[in-house]
Amino acid sequence: MTMFKKNPSLMVFIGLLAIFTLAVTFMSEAYGTGALSTSFVKTLGKTLCLALVAIAMDLVWGYTGILSLGHFAFFGLGGYMIGMWLMYARTEIIVVESMANAALPPTPSEISDAIGTQIFGVVGSSDFPLIWTFAHSFWAQIALVVLVPGLLALVFGWLAFRSRVTGVYLSILTQAMTLALSLYLFQNDSGLRGNNGLSGLQNLPGADAISQDNISIWFFWASAFALLLTYLIAAFIVSGKFGSVIRGIRDDEARVRFLGYSVEGFKLFIFTLTAVIAAIGGALYYPQAGIINPAEIAPIASIYLAVWVAIGGRGRIYGAAIGAGFVSLVSTYFTGGQAPDINLGFYTIKWVDWWLVLLGLSFVLVTLFAPKGIGGLFDLITHRMSPNRHGLPLGPDKGSLREEEAEK
Amino acid sequence: MSNTGTLLEVSGISVSFDGFKAINNLSFEIGPAEMRAIIGPNGAGKTTFMDIVTGKTKPDEGKVLWGELSRNLIGMNEAKIARAGIGRKFQRPTVFEDQTVFENLLMAVKNDRNPLKVLFFRPKFKDLAKVEELASEIGLSDQLERKSGELSHGQKQWLEIGMLLAQDPKLLLVDEPAAGMTLGEREHTTDILKEAAKTRAVVVVEHDMEFVRRLDCKVTVLHEGSVLAEGSLDHVTQNQDVIDVYLGR
Ligand SMILES: Nc1ncnc2c1ncn2[C@@H]1O[C@H](COP(=O)(O)OP(=O)(O)OP(=O)(O)O)[C@@H](O)[C@H]1O
Ligand SMILES: [Mg+2]
Repeated sequence: MTMFKKNPSLMVFIGLLAIFTLAVTFMSEAYGTGALSTSFVKTLGKTLCLALVAIAMDLVWGYTGILSLGHFAFFGLGGYMIGMWLMYARTEIIVVESMANAALPPTPSEISDAIGTQIFGVVGSSDFPLIWTFAHSFWAQIALVVLVPGLLALVFGWLAFRSRVTGVYLSILTQAMTLALSLYLFQNDSGLRGNNGLSGLQNLPGADAISQDNISIWFFWASAFALLLTYLIAAFIVSGKFGSVIRGIRDDEARVRFLGYSVEGFKLFIFTLTAVIAAIGGALYYPQAGIINPAEIAPIASIYLAVWVAIGGRGRIYGAAIGAGFVSLVSTYFTGGQAPDINLGFYTIKWVDWWLVLLGLSFVLVTLFAPKGIGGLFDLITHRMSPNRHGLPLGPDKGSLREEEAEK
Repeated sequence: MSNTGTLLEVSGISVSFDGFKAINNLSFEIGPAEMRAIIGPNGAGKTTFMDIVTGKTKPDEGKVLWGELSRNLIGMNEAKIARAGIGRKFQRPTVFEDQTVFENLLMAVKNDRNPLKVLFFRPKFKDLAKVEELASEIGLSDQLERKSGELSHGQKQWLEIGMLLAQDPKLLLVDEPAAGMTLGEREHTTDILKEAAKTRAVVVVEHDMEFVRRLDCKVTVLHEGSVLAEGSLDHVTQNQDVIDVYLGR
């Protein structure tokens, strides 16, 4: 298949992911030696989800050239959608249990009211907002994980691409969308518990007897599998003619139009598809994180996403995965208080404060001096080169020469 | 193929940029299998004329009628116009530099352009054969696997012409195809264009008179956004107005 032929890295990636998954499993508390703590297994599982959303970002930015600074909003929305079911179903079990001791069996509306009070007590309410209509149904919320971010991306993309908003203006628009969404969710009457967000998501309903040691590894497997699927889908998309067209859009969108391709249609397709992929990543991430609140959707999160992809190397799928994995793990190390402070005598560098500066600096350095990111290191091995002329005419007199010849 | 009827009829179009009239009440017609050269001084509006026909620029007034059904092209977007059968080569070569010659050509080969169809597209034998055929026509058979950014300027021009032919358009608009080419390359380019004009309409904008002479076709002279003269090359080059504004300088 062309997909495998054009992406020799695909087999390598599958192999490494399989080895990694097995290794983590055999070192986990639940199925192995216990060398890795359950909380670290969760960190690794979450990292896989971040690699997944980074691949989505790479498709939309690295391959199609749309610098969306809103994909983490789709990721967060996916988390919210699954979080609603997790919270509802678990609270329902607790409520039913506690009411079972009452003299009279509770009516369904009493149960519903009690769940409402439990969930919305923190925001001073007890009524279910309209958006919780389907929260009792696992399958409905799973469908919403895909539908809500998908529809938002579709409508937003349709409006933006149709009016041919491109470049930095489009990035600003996506940031505005993200900001609006997070500000809305911060409100107590948004129906999603304001800044409290949804919590207790690590406790699967009806699985109280099962230890988090096991649940963490199950989620780790699910994340690894989802990452694998995303990688395959991305490789399939970019290896064929569709990949040619979107890379063409990235490099010269007007030219693609004159070839008869509707640039808007292709952009909308990629934008929506990647939003859905991001949402699925979020739906796997937040049960491992245990909590989701509007701060997760803040505009800065989407900017981080772009930074990961840039550092990993955009325009190549494994680059995005490496960038997200590497940067988020290093970031956990520095911000988790594990990194030792550096005492300079007159000043003590606390990594918790300085990590962001370090990250920002590496981003600037990578952009300036290594635009291919970490992934570019592999080119040194395989000698992959890409011309960087981008259509600059050599002029009539030098026209028949290659650039190297002309510059002598 | 007969030359009766018109394929493209442009009538009374005008367009101004910030008050400057780049095209002024221009009318133009071309038949289904006709070669036409457009010449004129810099800034005469030749490229702008192509911009209007291909939907890149909206004219302030006038009509652009296309095909047997005389469909008005104004208001249609670039992609739709391209799919209707108008292909365009730009003044400076624009190919996708980061992709191979093969990928460039395959992208241009006439096929369904719908995103879903494109996603599941796998080249069939006829598509590959078409790419091979075009590559040999434009002399790039040995370069199929090279990134097009590595090609010479002249080869890029050919690749772009190849991409144009791959779309199988009824009308080719070719803006300064010979710019930056050596003499040998120019002759080859003439051959490609003449061959194409046997089955479709070809409009060539070119400054090089020798090149235009070799095309051996009807010539339209543009000046300040309207037609100054039209006829055989010998006829227009003897026209006093043409000598004054263009040749005499
Ligand atoms: N988008 C635009 N905005 C403003 N002015 C424009 C625009 N496009 C073209 N013009 C002007 O319109 C005039 C006609 O330009 P056009 O490019 O059509 O000339 P041309 O005949 O192709 O010239 P050349 O032989 O140099 O290619 C020029 O004066 C140009 O500056
Ligand atoms: Mg021009």
